[in-house]
Amino acid sequence: MKSGLLGAVSIAAVTAVAWSASANEQLQTMAEEQPGEWVMPTGNYANWRYSELDQIDKDNVDQLQVAWSMSTGVLRGHEGNPLVIGDTMYFSTPFPNNVFAVDLANDGIIKWKYEPQQDPQVIGVMCCDTVNRGVAYAPETDAYPATIILNQADTTVVALSADTGQVLWEVQNGDPGKGETATMAPQVVKDKVLVGNSGGEYGVLGHMTAYDIATGEVAWRAFSAGPDDMTLLDPENTTHLGEPVGVDSGTATWEGDQWQIGGGTTWGWISYDPELDLVYYGTGNPSTWNPAQRPGDNRWSMTIMARDPDDGMAKWLYQMTPHDEWDYDGVNEMILADLDFEGEERKVVVHPDRNGFAYTLDRETGELLVAEKYDPFVNWATHVEMDPESDQYGRPQVVAEYSTEQGGEDTNTAGICPAALGTKDQQPSAYSPETKLFYIPTNHVCMDYEPFRVSYTAGQPYVGATLSMYPTPESHGGMGNFIAWDAVNGEIVWSIPEQFSVWSGALATAGDVVFYGTLEGYLKAVDMETGEELYRFKTGSGVIGNVMTYEHEGEQYIAVLSGVGGWAGIGLAAGLTDPAAGLGAVGGYASLSDYTNLGGQLTVFKLPEEVASSE
Amino acid sequence: MMLKHAIRGVVLAACTAGFASAQAADPTAVENDAGKYFDAEGYPTFNIAEDGTVDFHTYSGFRRFNSECHVCHGPDGVGSTFAPALVESVQDMSYEDFVAVVAGGRENVGSGNQNVMPAFGTNPNIMCYLDDIYIYLRARGEGDLPRGRPAKKEAKSDVFAEMEDSCMG
Repeated sequence: MKSGLLGAVSIAAVTAVAWSASANEQLQTMAEEQPGEWVMPTGNYANWRYSELDQIDKDNVDQLQVAWSMSTGVLRGHEGNPLVIGDTMYFSTPFPNNVFAVDLANDGIIKWKYEPQQDPQVIGVMCCDTVNRGVAYAPETDAYPATIILNQADTTVVALSADTGQVLWEVQNGDPGKGETATMAPQVVKDKVLVGNSGGEYGVLGHMTAYDIATGEVAWRAFSAGPDDMTLLDPENTTHLGEPVGVDSGTATWEGDQWQIGGGTTWGWISYDPELDLVYYGTGNPSTWNPAQRPGDNRWSMTIMARDPDDGMAKWLYQMTPHDEWDYDGVNEMILADLDFEGEERKVVVHPDRNGFAYTLDRETGELLVAEKYDPFVNWATHVEMDPESDQYGRPQVVAEYSTEQGGEDTNTAGICPAALGTKDQQPSAYSPETKLFYIPTNHVCMDYEPFRVSYTAGQPYVGATLSMYPTPESHGGMGNFIAWDAVNGEIVWSIPEQFSVWSGALATAGDVVFYGTLEGYLKAVDMETGEELYRFKTGSGVIGNVMTYEHEGEQYIAVLSGVGGWAGIGLAAGLTDPAAGLGAVGGYASLSDYTNLGGQLTVFKLPEEVASSE
Repeated sequence: MMLKHAIRGVVLAACTAGFASAQAADPTAVENDAGKYFDAEGYPTFNIAEDGTVDFHTYSGFRRFNSECHVCHGPDGVGSTFAPALVESVQDMSYEDFVAVVAGGRENVGSGNQNVMPAFGTNPNIMCYLDDIYIYLRARGEGDLPRGRPAKKEAKSDVFAEMEDSCMG
């Protein structure tokens, strides 16, 4: 019954989308009221990756079967996920970043395909494979037609007509000659599209840029370091843990001009709270990876940013890892939820960081509420200081043994957990408003890290550390976990050990099922309450894409991109080995190449008709 | 012998001389010049003692490879989903070809491949240690050096330190 209703709602909604004036309001309405569609890369503005569709549920998911599949024609790592708007599915591929519009109402034929012309030299300056995390959609307004926005590898931002694939405008967001590239999925907020950059391993200075959707003109650009007119900080009114940041905080915590090649790139996910009118995103690692070459806190790398989408001004910031010594980028998803703290409902942002701490902050003020390890093996810091009276307030308490700064240049600091991959990387979590839990794909990998002096050459790698990574010693031998997280109490509710890092984004549904993919290529469905596995299917290649769902003609579908690669494809495809760890030949040592192969494929699942119709 | 330390000179020579024949030389070190070893044909090579102590250049190559190169070519040169395993391919490559490809880059882009090796000729973090990276990969490729960090190494020589200082600037 419920699925029939949803079908009726989404058909009505599709016919009614043309009259709202603001892309923001309309997009928000679509995300909230049309669960049959998937209208933004993150599912909704709050980054929930949750669907109210419930035709596929925990009792019938074991009967899921492949409905259709499609090759993308590209063999590199496939991160991101498709969008579904009305009868059309849109997705982008890794370099060369082809965009497909697939007609779901007409046997999946390709309505249009956009093939950008890019200089292949950009491939060589992408640190961690040529991934692209998806396109954004802006509904039609008086000022522009329905638009698909692509953030190409070479930093060209392209607006395409959603109907025809014709180019509406193109702008250059950065300089690939300096190693500046793009991988992140843009986000449409109001009449703007927000676009970040990549290239922290090339000394690229991070920035978030808002473009006018109608024209492609820059509305504002906020750098991650520099003087206040570059960072768009107000010395009096922008706060860090409740205190004004002061004048030029984006240069005062650096030595000399190092901030100009200081990293803090913005390649993760963007969320938006329409009521508070704030966008949230994180910044990446400071450059170089050799901490001795950049004394100071290196603000505002490794930072959660809350900005006004109209002018880019920051309301509050929180730097999670001051003076990074481990490459713990702060770009992971910022999930917005309203959670109950001892009877008081608080508007929070929840962020499982690369550094192994999951943070819960008041998203209006930036007050730090919770910072707890979401992998018990995290060892580089004992805890985050939570006492506002302490001069260490909000700072991780670094363990000397695992400090690569204290170890010093040319010294190998061993046994640091997590590895530079982080307890998780960009692979996005899901949140269920029913269980109030966060479903987090994680890495379970540790490392040795030896920093050394490097010199900067524009457009060349600027790393400055030797790393080796291996499965977490004295654990289950695997390199990943998939966990359910309680962000109020800072506790793991359940945890599923995985042989390889879980590098796929999760999906939670009203059918009480959570989906995720694995590097071996499985799509897995687990019980939302218990984590019990309910279904698995091995797709054509390892999954580093994000699982999504949509409804078409009354039936619910689950879709995921396969295509092993990304950073996971660098270390893990070869198998991580640590001869010193003495773990023996357990699963973690097996090479991923024994399990899967390159391939770019979309796989779409549904229930058999007789099962679906009985719901 | 000073020429063997002048890496930029070698690069220039390799680029102008074109590609030499593939290497199948015996990697055995026959000459030790201030801690840097050479095979019978005068090419840089590794020297690993019976107790596993590696020469400093092999160790330096390990460090540089697993910083600059491993992001594409995988840890310890075992390859990734998008770049070849150099422990294998370096076996089929002459020293001159190796130097030319690292300095000048290589592009293999077609319908099935999107592989691009950038040109590192202007990058001192790589070019100053190019022989070390070559020596390290040769040791890995010959099977004499296992994966991971070499446990023991010879001391850094004064010649190495001087070369490093002058090259890195």
